[in-house]
Parts: sequence; structure tokens; C-alpha cells
Amino acid sequence: MTWISGHLGDIWRLTVQHAVLAAIPLVLGLIVSIPLGWAAARSRRLVPVALAGTGLLYTIPSLALFILMPLILGTKILDPVNVIVAMTIYTVALLVRTVVDGLGSVPSHVDAAARAMGLGAFRRLVTVQLPLAVPVIAAGLRVAAVSNVSIVSVASLIGVSQLGDLLVDGYNRDIPGELWAGIVGCLVLALLFDLLIQGLARLLTPWLRADSRSSARRLALADAPRDVGVAA
Amino acid sequence: MIPKIWDWLTDPANWSGADGIATRVQEHLTYSLIVLGIASLIALPLGLWIGHTGRGRPLVSAANAARAVPTLGLLFALALWLGPRLSGDLAFTAPSIIVLVLLALPPLLAGAYAGVEAVDPATRDAARGMGLSDGQVLRQVELPIALPLLLSGVRAATLQVIATATIAAYVGLGGLGRFLIDGLAIGDYAATAGGALLVAVLALLVDLLLAGVVRLLVSPGLTGKQSRRRRVELSAAGLSPIADAT
Repeated sequence: MTWISGHLGDIWRLTVQHAVLAAIPLVLGLIVSIPLGWAAARSRRLVPVALAGTGLLYTIPSLALFILMPLILGTKILDPVNVIVAMTIYTVALLVRTVVDGLGSVPSHVDAAARAMGLGAFRRLVTVQLPLAVPVIAAGLRVAAVSNVSIVSVASLIGVSQLGDLLVDGYNRDIPGELWAGIVGCLVLALLFDLLIQGLARLLTPWLRADSRSSARRLALADAPRDVGVAA
Repeated sequence: MIPKIWDWLTDPANWSGADGIATRVQEHLTYSLIVLGIASLIALPLGLWIGHTGRGRPLVSAANAARAVPTLGLLFALALWLGPRLSGDLAFTAPSIIVLVLLALPPLLAGAYAGVEAVDPATRDAARGMGLSDGQVLRQVELPIALPLLLSGVRAATLQVIATATIAAYVGLGGLGRFLIDGLAIGDYAATAGGALLVAVLALLVDLLLAGVVRLLVSPGLTGKQSRRRRVELSAAGLSPIADAT
């Protein structure tokens, strides 16, 4: 405990660095995964290829990927870009499947209606399919966020600074307080990411909330001898 | 840089001996097998039981939530706490093995549970209606149907263990992680990157092997991939294959 109160400044600095190293790949990964998942979902033959390809990337252990990044990117081993690109690769590996599932969860009659209204492929994606896929994509994003926060701490072994430094230093110098500060910091950060993504997903899907608010009304309607199934 | 790594990988001196590549690969695989064996013995029966009875579901959620704990932190915390209490080689290997088992549990548990949970209740009822006992329903109906998800849990756990065993070299475990950790410590990038390549290839090969095992073990009735002969037999008997009927 005394270690923590004496190092609040360091802990804050490392937490911010950790958040940045985990968040940037999450955003980049989502931006890359949407077109990839969309292209894969449009052709049945591409789906297994895209999933197998990204799955292979996910098999590479994190420490190995961090170390191999400078070879591919031509960067220095201490460059945080290595970690950002490696984490983006993991995020894409997790999210392509999610995007394919999410777009697949859009009811076909909704897509057909949008098509009948004259919407092109791109507008259907942006205004109809993606909004409806938000709950599924958000669920995948939450898994990726929690996994990213945990994996980023490994980057301390190659000398890229973030909360993992507290883990390594706490272990090396036998300071349990420092080690625990690192573990709890990672957990709190993972929780914050999780809550943030849930909050964003809620904001993006107001119709789901409207549904739950009017569920009492819907129950009442369901009792009435009318066919309300189409509206549901 | 790449020629240096190539030289390191192809130098016969690096392959032999107690700290050579061959020994390290063998260590890495042995640890992974031991860990997966222990974790499977705990998690697979438990997951099947939770899926079969529907009891203890919070355990699966709790195991999933526990994945947020950073693996590096868990490893160091256990090594710091348990290390001084053990003597000899055990002080280095035991904490790592325990952490690796803990990390392998959630995916195994989730896979086994989700597999049984996903069995169509009508199928289960039909099996009961045919007079199968509770244990027979689990072994002859639920387990084969749960197998694809169960095995995907095994694949995920295996990757997790191979990756974390690499990091566990930092707290003294053998295996390929030694090249990465020791190489980083002395600034020998050729050995570090060579070791990283070997780990990546090992993980890839093991995953491909498991993918092959999945294809062999999963019942053709589930994948719809029946052999040609079987299809011919069925159509000759005036029966359309199940896969076509659905």
C-alpha cells in the first residue's frame, strides 16, 4: 500500500499509456474488420477463407508477434508502433468473425425492404445492416477489449512502457504492492473499456431501449386478439 | 537482420544440447501436454455436467470473467508467492504449470458447456423416449453433438497455453520462451527473433494438427459430409441422407 501511495503519478502515466495501446488497435481493428467482414459475408465462399486466414494470425503468441513486428515493419524493437500493429492484428482476427455474424444477424426481410426502397449496397450497409448489427459487433468488441488490455501488458517484456511495467518491476524487485497495483490497474481498465463499449452500443441502438420500455405495452397488445407479430 | 536470424536458425550448434532448439521444442510440447491433460480432466467433465444438468452456470460466467486478469500478472503473483515455498526445479516450474492450468480452464469449460447446451432439446427428448438412461444420453447423444464446440474450446486452450508457456520463461520455465526471454535480456535479436519464429510455427502446426483431429472425430452426421459410398447406399435403399433432408 505504501508503494502505491508513493507512486500515484507513475501509476497514472502507465495507465494512460496502457489505455492508449489497447484502445488505438481496437478502433483500427474495427475499421479494418468492417469492410473485410462485409466482403466475406457477401460471398459464401469467402467466409471460411477469411475466418481461417484471420484465425491463423490469432494463433501467433503475443510475445512472438511483438518481437517479429520490427522485421515486418522495419521499426526499432522499442517502438510502440510494433505493439499497436500487433494488437490491431489480434483485434482484426477476433472482429472479422463478429462482423460476419453481426451482418448475418440482420433479418433478410429487412434487407430486402431496404433493397426494394432503392438503397444501394453501400447505403444498405451503413444505414441498415451496420446499425442492426451493433449489438453483435459490440459483444465481439467487448471480448477484444478485455483480451487487448490483458495482452498489452506483455509488451513490457520488449520494453514498451504501460501497466505491465508494474508487473515486471514488482516481480523483479519483489514488491507485491507494485505487482498488485498493476493487476488491479489492468482489471479496472478492462472494466472501463467494457462499460464504455456497452454505453456506446446503448447510445447507438435507441430502438432497443424503446422496446424494453414499452415491453409492458407490447405484452398488453399481445393479449389483444390482433396480429401484432409483424410489428415485433 | 533476416540473414542473421537465418544463420541462427540453421546453425546445427543451436539445435543440439541441453539448451538447444530440439530440447526446447520438446520441453514446450511436454509442458503444454501436461497442462492441457490436467486442465481437461478438471474442466471437460465439469463443463459437460453443467451443460447436462443446467446447474452451476454461474461457474462458467465466473471463469469467463476471470479472463480479464492479465496473464503476466497472474504468473508473476504466483511465482512470487509460491516460488520461495518450493525448492529445486519445482520452484520454477510449479507456479508456471499452475497458472497455465488456470488459464486453460475457462475455454475448456465454456466449450464443453456450450456444446451440450446447444443440443436440440427435441433430440434429447427423443433419446430419452428411446429408453436411454441419463448417462447414456450424455455419452451417446450429447457428447457427440457437443464435440465440435468442445474441441474448439480445446483448440483455444491449447493456443493460450503455448503462448503463455512462452512468457513463463521469464519466471524460469524451460521451452522455446527461453530463446525469446534470454535473447531480449542480452540483446541478441537474432536468437530472440529466431525463437519467436519457432514459437509461431509451433503454435500454427499444433493448431493445424488439432483442426485435423476435429475433422476426424466429429461425426459425419453433424457436418453433412458423408462418404460417397454411404450416400450411394442410402439412395439405393430409397433413403435420402439426413444432411439433405434438413
